[in-house]
Amino acid sequence: MNQITMATAYIMLLRRDMILAYRNRAEFANPPLFFVLVVSLLPLGIGPDSALLAKVAPGLVWVVALLATLLSLDSIFRSDFEDGALELLLVSPQPIAVLVLAKITAHWLVAGLPLLVFALPLSLMLYLPISALPVLIATLVLGTPVLSLLGAIGVALTVGLRRGGMLLALLVLPLYVPVLIFATSAVQAAATGLPVSGQLAIMSAMLILALILAPLTAAAALRISLN
Amino acid sequence: MNKLPVDTRRDAPGLEVRGLACTRNERRLFADLNFSLSAGDALLIDGPNGSGKTSLLRLLCGLGLMDAGKICWRGHDVDDYRAEYLADVAYVGHANGIKLDLTARENLQFARALGHTGSASTATEALAEVGLAGFADAPCGKLSTGQRRRVALARLFVLEACLWLLDEPLTALDACAVLRFEALLRAHLDNGGLLILTTHRPVDLGRHEVKRIRLSA
Repeated sequence: MNQITMATAYIMLLRRDMILAYRNRAEFANPPLFFVLVVSLLPLGIGPDSALLAKVAPGLVWVVALLATLLSLDSIFRSDFEDGALELLLVSPQPIAVLVLAKITAHWLVAGLPLLVFALPLSLMLYLPISALPVLIATLVLGTPVLSLLGAIGVALTVGLRRGGMLLALLVLPLYVPVLIFATSAVQAAATGLPVSGQLAIMSAMLILALILAPLTAAAALRISLN
Repeated sequence: MNKLPVDTRRDAPGLEVRGLACTRNERRLFADLNFSLSAGDALLIDGPNGSGKTSLLRLLCGLGLMDAGKICWRGHDVDDYRAEYLADVAYVGHANGIKLDLTARENLQFARALGHTGSASTATEALAEVGLAGFADAPCGKLSTGQRRRVALARLFVLEACLWLLDEPLTALDACAVLRFEALLRAHLDNGGLLILTTHRPVDLGRHEVKRIRLSA
């Protein structure tokens, strides 16, 4: 197998998914909108106490980011499964894992990247210390791709089921817990002036591990789902 | 894309299936199925609804997992040479597999990028083959059911595949399109292609011998 066709296949699938996302932008705007709405509504419920808001800000931003991702996960394979395009991806001579990685990349660009952009103004609104902002962004840069990668495994397993939504959450949320713990602990440490290199190193390790293993696992899961 | 070594092409029959078995929902659909096809051969899979025609086609293109048996392509087990085998296969299933938000041309260009193309037709040429020349830039969501089916069938021409696996290819096609498509099937067989299809309608493949497998419910 030569790498040129593999790279072409990756780029073409990514391009196709981005075009589809653009033509269905109303549908894909939902998860980031959910993120913005929930994060901006919570201070109204909690009250304007700046010390309290600053304390809960890291956990708040991350929990909502996690739920927003969960909301959009199903779109990775659902529509391709329903119109038969997924079958054709599996029947193509390209390695399935490469195609799966392209779909995950597209999902992150559409659902993960906007969270990063919106997290900045929202965390300022929550009185998160400016010194902790770079760390929050770093955890989102390292963490949101992991959410997409791990989520793809869950979606690949449940895409053949008619109502896989609840099962998907049960499968995926436990896998998200380590990301949540290390990300929020890093931001809290940064807010109090403590070193954060340990948490960030572990998150980088999670990203590398997920990047290598998740596409292979999701590809195997898809073959079972479509059997 | 690598092709299988050329020397094995001549002696070994194109496709050889030995002892294939398939079970669905704890029901045995077929067992110990044997057949072989060589260049220019067509195989018609026949049988009542639910007899496993689609399951058989899905096994042949590697989508289904088989219980027992072996599929060899040009003398090689396809499990060991998945990419090389699939580079030679074009599959049109029950679902069209086209994205309704993309234009016909975009759909075919994408299909072309994924497969082994070589000297295959471009998207525009393939659409002309199936009689959709004027619809290249129309979103597939705006096409009729029969026209969508034709876009799906046009995928056969953007890939340089010699084994065509077609699941009910004639559904939703009008009489004129059926005649046109039969001519394209005959041309494929004339060029030494192989064809396996399931259909409930009679298909006229001219001088080519049509093997038949009848699955029982």
